[in-house]
Amino acid sequence: MTHPTAPSVMRSKLGQARGLGSAKSGIHHWWAQKVTSFALLPLTLWFIWSCIHLRGAGRAGVAHYMANPLVSALTIALLATTFHHLQLGLEAVVVDYVREEKRKLATILTIKAICTLFALAGSIAVLKLAITG
Amino acid sequence: MLDTREALMVARTSDGRTVRRPVSPHLQVYKLHMLMVLSGSHRITGVALAGGAVLMVWFLVAAASSDAAFNWLVWLLGTPIGLLALFGWTGSLWYHFCNGIRHLAWDFGYGFEMDQLYASGKLVLAAAAVLTLVTWVAVFVAG
Repeated sequence: MTHPTAPSVMRSKLGQARGLGSAKSGIHHWWAQKVTSFALLPLTLWFIWSCIHLRGAGRAGVAHYMANPLVSALTIALLATTFHHLQLGLEAVVVDYVREEKRKLATILTIKAICTLFALAGSIAVLKLAITG
Repeated sequence: MLDTREALMVARTSDGRTVRRPVSPHLQVYKLHMLMVLSGSHRITGVALAGGAVLMVWFLVAAASSDAAFNWLVWLLGTPIGLLALFGWTGSLWYHFCNGIRHLAWDFGYGFEMDQLYASGKLVLAAAAVLTLVTWVAVFVAG
């Protein structure tokens, strides 16, 4: 889009903006946020219960807990869903407050990268605890 | 590149001049009311929960790494600052959890009347406070 003082494009501002919008995937972000929030309802309850359960357990206790495949699977599901939901939420904040396009894109992609890495690191830690103790 | 939302700011006055639309007055002008605070708190607790998510991964990675790393984190969480962070995390998590259910109810089309908005808001605040308290009682009972 051109600067408002540059009369190079003979189209209205609205005309220039049309087509830059949803491209048929406008509700994807909203929908993913809702689906992950639904999944997080039971997962979060289970997570809080686990934290209370593991109080004072020590490293061996945590490893023993993760050795149960159901527990390690739920923990990895919790990590994946939490960081996906977090990434979507932080993206919504960035879109609201960062105006400049390049900086907006850079911030969103950085958040995606960090969330992905944290989810991976947590999942690999769970697998290590589950398999090697 | 200009923000595409700028396109929506272009308007015409009744005498035909092209003008930039006036922006509605917001935070500095409106009287602060409960629904605004609850809405803002949902976002603020959401961002704060990023810290909780990082802590969750830190805990798992420390447990998978070494006794030294794990014991240091456990010591850190037991300090007054650590306990305050854990308490803040619990409160934020329960608030975001309860208000998230409120949001999901809105998505299904329920609870948009003014009195319902205030009632559900008060319910969320009460539920988050009670659940935070219950969680910490359970922590001390379990220990």
